[in-house]
Amino acid sequence: MPVRLKKTEMPRQAPEIRRKNFKEVALGYSVEDAVKEAQRCLQCKNPQCVKGCPVGVKIPEFIKLIAEKDFYGAARKIKETNSLPAICGRVCPQEEQCEKYCILAKKGEPVAIGRLERFAADWEREKGIEKPEKPQKLGKKVAVIGSGPAGLTAAGDLAKLGYDVTVFEAFHEAGGVLVYGIPEFRLPKAIVKQEVEYIKSLGVDLKTNHVIGKVLTIDELFEMGYEAVFIGSGAGLPKFMGIPGENLNGVYSANEFLTRTNLMKAYNFPETDTPIKVGRKVAVVGGGNVAMDSARCAIRLGAEEVYIVYRRSEEEMPARLEEVENAKEEGIIFKLLTNPVKILGNDEGWVKGIECIKMELGEPDESGRRRPVPIKGSEYVIDVDTVIIAIGTSPNPLIPRTTPGLNTQKWGGIVADEETGKTSKEGVYAGGDIVTGAATVILAMGAGKKAAAAIHEYLQKK
Amino acid sequence: MFKILKRKDLADTIKLFEIEAPLVAKKAKPGQFVILRIKEGGERIPLTIADYDGEKGSVTVIFQEVGKTTKDLGKLNEGDFISDFIGPLGTPVEFPHHKRVLAIGGGVGVAPLYPKVKMLHNQGAEVISIIGAKTADMLILEEEMKAVSDQLFICTDDGTKGHHGFVTDVLKDILSKDTEFDEVIAIGPPIMMKIVANITRPYKIPTMVSLNPIMIDGTGMCGGCRVTVGGETKFACVDGPAFDGHLVDFDELMRRQTMYKSEEQKSLALAEERGEHKCRLD
Repeated sequence: MPVRLKKTEMPRQAPEIRRKNFKEVALGYSVEDAVKEAQRCLQCKNPQCVKGCPVGVKIPEFIKLIAEKDFYGAARKIKETNSLPAICGRVCPQEEQCEKYCILAKKGEPVAIGRLERFAADWEREKGIEKPEKPQKLGKKVAVIGSGPAGLTAAGDLAKLGYDVTVFEAFHEAGGVLVYGIPEFRLPKAIVKQEVEYIKSLGVDLKTNHVIGKVLTIDELFEMGYEAVFIGSGAGLPKFMGIPGENLNGVYSANEFLTRTNLMKAYNFPETDTPIKVGRKVAVVGGGNVAMDSARCAIRLGAEEVYIVYRRSEEEMPARLEEVENAKEEGIIFKLLTNPVKILGNDEGWVKGIECIKMELGEPDESGRRRPVPIKGSEYVIDVDTVIIAIGTSPNPLIPRTTPGLNTQKWGGIVADEETGKTSKEGVYAGGDIVTGAATVILAMGAGKKAAAAIHEYLQKK
Repeated sequence: MFKILKRKDLADTIKLFEIEAPLVAKKAKPGQFVILRIKEGGERIPLTIADYDGEKGSVTVIFQEVGKTTKDLGKLNEGDFISDFIGPLGTPVEFPHHKRVLAIGGGVGVAPLYPKVKMLHNQGAEVISIIGAKTADMLILEEEMKAVSDQLFICTDDGTKGHHGFVTDVLKDILSKDTEFDEVIAIGPPIMMKIVANITRPYKIPTMVSLNPIMIDGTGMCGGCRVTVGGETKFACVDGPAFDGHLVDFDELMRRQTMYKSEEQKSLALAEERGEHKCRLD
């Protein structure tokens, strides 16, 4: 039987329904779908897909187990190298990683590796996760700062090796960007919670409400007996554009808008206590995944019209294609080659519009993308009452400022070795957005993984 | 979970809680604040630290019941727990060389003023304090302020105690005779701080204010607390909450504080409907 060229479709909530709720959009494979899709895998002797995975998931092996209907086995196989499969199966940009290298992609569509990973993880979760065996304790303490993807991965790997790991989280809930940033409809919080529980079941001690750099410094952690520290504190500070009107009422950073919506569950207001103001018409400035998440939250919160305002064309958009498609299906209006120059306010200081200028693409810039150039005299106003700025974040300086001997880049990121996460300060490792600037969940996980291995090596020698 | 060690009702709607939080207590410094959340589903609210005791491991906060969260908080008693208590946040204030300071506190703003005055007093500085409230019953920390001030002036809007009028009247009066101050510290409603800054500006006396904008995380992440200071956008949670009062755009601050006014009413209305709160006007 020839191999089917198309991926097995995954059912999704219809756009007109899902734009009114916060439930997950993609519904996941059934057992039949999963087995059918798994059978497409050619089981290459020299699998290229694995090379595209930052954490080296044993892809052909787990897919073979799904094809053989050993779903527990498949989940366990993934977890050998990836502690957070239900999350990765949902939010990894597989099209640029594992699936990009799938041999089937040369002729048709690659194997739906991400969907299969999600299936195996969900199957295990629904049937009940087996309690992992507690490893032999080494009697050494390691501190992990931040409970986002980098921190959770490092903590999980170190705990499996036998270290006494404590994770310090600044927020009241663990998960970092997985809980404050990525919306419920893309990554249900119950799943994050369960993955966090799994990490805790490995013996990791989780301390929420601890802002490191304030309540404790890194040097104090060493004094408390921690022998190594991993910093995975993320890229937390929102960037603004520096245009007039950004402090008007009704202007949000994407961080604030998403945190109110996701972490504080403002979509349940007034059942929950944190409010949000979405307005009738919303402009989201930016073209990344965070911009798509903000726009799709706004429409679900009841906005009538939501615009994405992006200064380049669709081709240059950093958001995943899938998310752009989802946003379009949900009725988000794309204003491309459009750059805001001013936010306009009414007499009471509330947003009433956003003045934009049209752009055209010029020569490529240092990022390789064609530079957008303003078209003179093309200014026009879009009537909106809310503006969400989603143009990126920069690292939070709380830790670098309070840690003597920790070197940082000019832009604020911590200087760390790419392969080991080693920083300029002995015993201190770092990874994820605090090192790279805003990137993806899986890259942060990869960094956490490498750092855990390097910390193990360091502590064995010590 | 964080235990409420002590509750003291300073006025009908103003409560003092001493909360068990050893790590925060050990690190707290004047000018810093905490963020707390009472329970799951609750809001995160910032409260300035009114006092702290590193040895006892406790942090004191004083709050006025205004919205749903502060009203919920006001219903808790000694021995009860709150789910989250995060701090110490913000940049501490220091006055290493100050010899003479004029301190002004309005309403519940006297609470964050107190630790600064106490620090100055312990450093040997001379402090003249002016504290005010709407009415005598709402005046807080009078004894505490008296103990750390060389002179204490009291004002009430309705004349039920001390000077009949505003703290700014007394300020004007003092400055007309004596301007030898290293700093004026003013903490209270934004309108009060704005007027204080306007009064001290011609005298060129450095004037410190402490701002209380809306915020969520308190670590610089949300940017909700942004304020314009000297034409630049600052985040009150990390760059402040203390700023040079002569440079703060108070009108913008006051406008931004009203952002969720209608939602706050909705939230309170729902709580009242469910019998969780009694409207005090009834």
